[in-house]
Amino acid sequence: MFAVAQKQWVYVYDNQGIELHCIKKLNKILHMEFLPYHFLLATASEEGYLSWLDISIGKMVSQFNTRMGRLNLMTLNPYNAVVCLGHSKGIVTMWSPNVKEPLSKMLCHQHPLQSLAIDSQGQYMATAAVDRTLKIWDVRKLEGPLQQYKLHAVASNLAFSQRGLLAIGMGNVVEVYRDCCQRPADRPYLRHRLFKRIGNMQFCPYEDVLGVASDSGFTSLIIPGSGEPNFDALESNPFQSKSQRRESEVKSLLEKIQPEFITLDPTVITDVHIPTLRDKVEAKKKLLFLKPPKIDFQPRNKSGKKKGTVKVAQTKRIVREEQRREFVKTLKDAGIGEITSPQNTESSSVSVKHKPFTALDRFKPKKKKEEG
Amino acid sequence: MKVKVLCRNPDYYLRETKRDIYKVPRNYEPSLHPFEGLREYTRALNAVKLERVFAKPFVGNLDGHQDGVSCFGKHPQRLSLLVSGSYDGEVRLWDLPQQKCVRNFRAHDGFVRGIAFLPDGQQFVTVGDDKTIKMWKTDLPDWGEEEEPTNTYISKSVIMGVSHHQKEPMFATCGELCQVWEEDRNEPIRTFQWGVDSLHDVSFNPIETNLLAACASDRSIILYDTRDIGPIRKVIMTLRSNRLCWNPMEAFIFTCANEDYNLYTFDTRKLKQPLQVHMDHVSAVTAIDYAPTGKEFVSGGYDKSLRIFEHGKSHSRDIYHTKRMQRLTCVLWSMDNKYILCGSDEMNIRMWKARSAEKLGVLRPREKTALNYSEALKRKFGSHPQISRIARHRQVPKHVYHAQKELRTIKLKQKRKEANRRAHSKPGTVPFLSEKKKHIVEEQE
Repeated sequence: MFAVAQKQWVYVYDNQGIELHCIKKLNKILHMEFLPYHFLLATASEEGYLSWLDISIGKMVSQFNTRMGRLNLMTLNPYNAVVCLGHSKGIVTMWSPNVKEPLSKMLCHQHPLQSLAIDSQGQYMATAAVDRTLKIWDVRKLEGPLQQYKLHAVASNLAFSQRGLLAIGMGNVVEVYRDCCQRPADRPYLRHRLFKRIGNMQFCPYEDVLGVASDSGFTSLIIPGSGEPNFDALESNPFQSKSQRRESEVKSLLEKIQPEFITLDPTVITDVHIPTLRDKVEAKKKLLFLKPPKIDFQPRNKSGKKKGTVKVAQTKRIVREEQRREFVKTLKDAGIGEITSPQNTESSSVSVKHKPFTALDRFKPKKKKEEG
Repeated sequence: MKVKVLCRNPDYYLRETKRDIYKVPRNYEPSLHPFEGLREYTRALNAVKLERVFAKPFVGNLDGHQDGVSCFGKHPQRLSLLVSGSYDGEVRLWDLPQQKCVRNFRAHDGFVRGIAFLPDGQQFVTVGDDKTIKMWKTDLPDWGEEEEPTNTYISKSVIMGVSHHQKEPMFATCGELCQVWEEDRNEPIRTFQWGVDSLHDVSFNPIETNLLAACASDRSIILYDTRDIGPIRKVIMTLRSNRLCWNPMEAFIFTCANEDYNLYTFDTRKLKQPLQVHMDHVSAVTAIDYAPTGKEFVSGGYDKSLRIFEHGKSHSRDIYHTKRMQRLTCVLWSMDNKYILCGSDEMNIRMWKARSAEKLGVLRPREKTALNYSEALKRKFGSHPQISRIARHRQVPKHVYHAQKELRTIKLKQKRKEANRRAHSKPGTVPFLSEKKKHIVEEQE
């Protein structure tokens, strides 16, 4: 299956060319990226909207406006699956579907950005601006620039290979640098001139090949040393048979990472969680001295109303609930969380959606219904 | 000009014939395996959910007793044989794989109070409410022969339980007094007495074979030595213990099932406080049996549920319950560590899996590695809140759920009251008592 962003909307076709879907929620899309381990299609639109669509279940995970105007440049950081956008103010912003604000903003150049690329290990980011400069940044520490280069033309395309070679497309020339991130490179490794202007380029994953799309067609260039020689068959196998492909598809769907986990640092899940145990224990100790407050509320007798009416009982109940909510809130601030208070109501009245009850529904946290 | 480029010969990567397995070259470089932690977390989540999906512990039911089942006898060698005694004096021998009764006979007038096998497994001893002790052969009687005990002993006092020595040909009975009998004598060879007490349960230590422990009705547990010394120590608790079981792997550890809804694991070398208090039952605990590994034990209670506890943990790892299963009187953990049997008031013996999500039968090697991997993942991510929530989740019958809530509020109120007392009195007057010490009254020698 592949997705094509056409003039208005995004269309999805299968490998036979049959149109499967027309996704009207994604309109005027300029860039699309596929997150393979999350099964998400991240798209950037002309009007500044970023959307993430879950391809496996067809649900729009997140869609919001970045308020940064037209999104010209977009890349994916393959290490942590955040979307990096380049803007005309020379800023690079990083976005995750969980947060409506950019995760980070880096001022890279004084001039509008022309192209952006991040290497496969998520260490280096190469940015090129219209003033013919190329800078290499450390994207994990968000620092830099590690290297700065002055090119002889504006770099309209950038691509990193699996082994860290950087291909720069300037007009109709492709230059490949072997190691421009760790040490300042003085000469390119390879240079190739095409007849027409370059459109887009990308390295082939496990081969020493760079595919270049130009106005005159598609060319593949041999760049020795750019591909990863030893692949891991359980990860991606170029020689997989049909049954192996089907098995790996099912396995990858089972291992699909939830979009809530997309953060700048993907190793957070294996770290120890703070608040520490001591804080929790201390909070529990504090709890023993706290008695749930006895609420004695006598409503003011306004203009001779009867005491036992329904309205009076209702106001009493509302005030009692408010006070109990405040008590729970103070406990939460103390870090205790939910205790064994029998009536823990939610502030917003959420109507229980009636969904068909499946076998795994019993693991979902139960939503407490509001009283009365 | 020669250019050295990556080129792969497909013959090295594809299998030769259709009957071979696929070739799977590996590269363990972390750059080729992004999101390792997250993918493992997702796999752990799936593993824990699947465990709950496949948690179907009930295996079968042994039907046949005409009255409630009172006790079990565990054969020391044969896995497929089970002996059970009931309240109408009937003893039945069951073939567990076929779930059929092989042999049944009337052993006593009145309750069958206890069954114990001899260490060679050829004979077993039953005691009943008619003050008799009878020895029977395990094998089926020949054609034309009637069911007859090989030996009968008549005791002067009521007998409540029996336990056989692990090695020597002697067994102990408890009732009004603790008596040790030998197989060829009609009178008990030794009688132990300590104060005025009637004993409910007696058990020989399987490893330190001269030690004997008994639960007395004056809320105490008494330890005896069958060599000349006699009763050694006594520990008095707040409530009476119903049953007692020695750990088959550790010589000095035993667990007792108490009336105050808890089980206590004691070390015989230090009886002043228990090693561990196991709390999870919501009513009196009436039966207990250890797994042959010594790492877990199963307990049955008056609250119609079976709970499986791990050795050092204070809360149960699993609960088994059925609407049809009423008060449990006896439990047994099979010697191959796979099955748990429980006998209840309503004349049924139920068979359960010891690990509820285990696949019975022969596992193929790939299945085994996949299951081992799932177990390792569950251990690695076991402390994550979502995963531990799913792993802990058990559907519990309504009466147990409400009783648990009630007990929780009671405990909270007690803690709060104690904290208030401590806050409003002279510092030091209200001491901090650990949970373990709270339930012991004293230890006597």
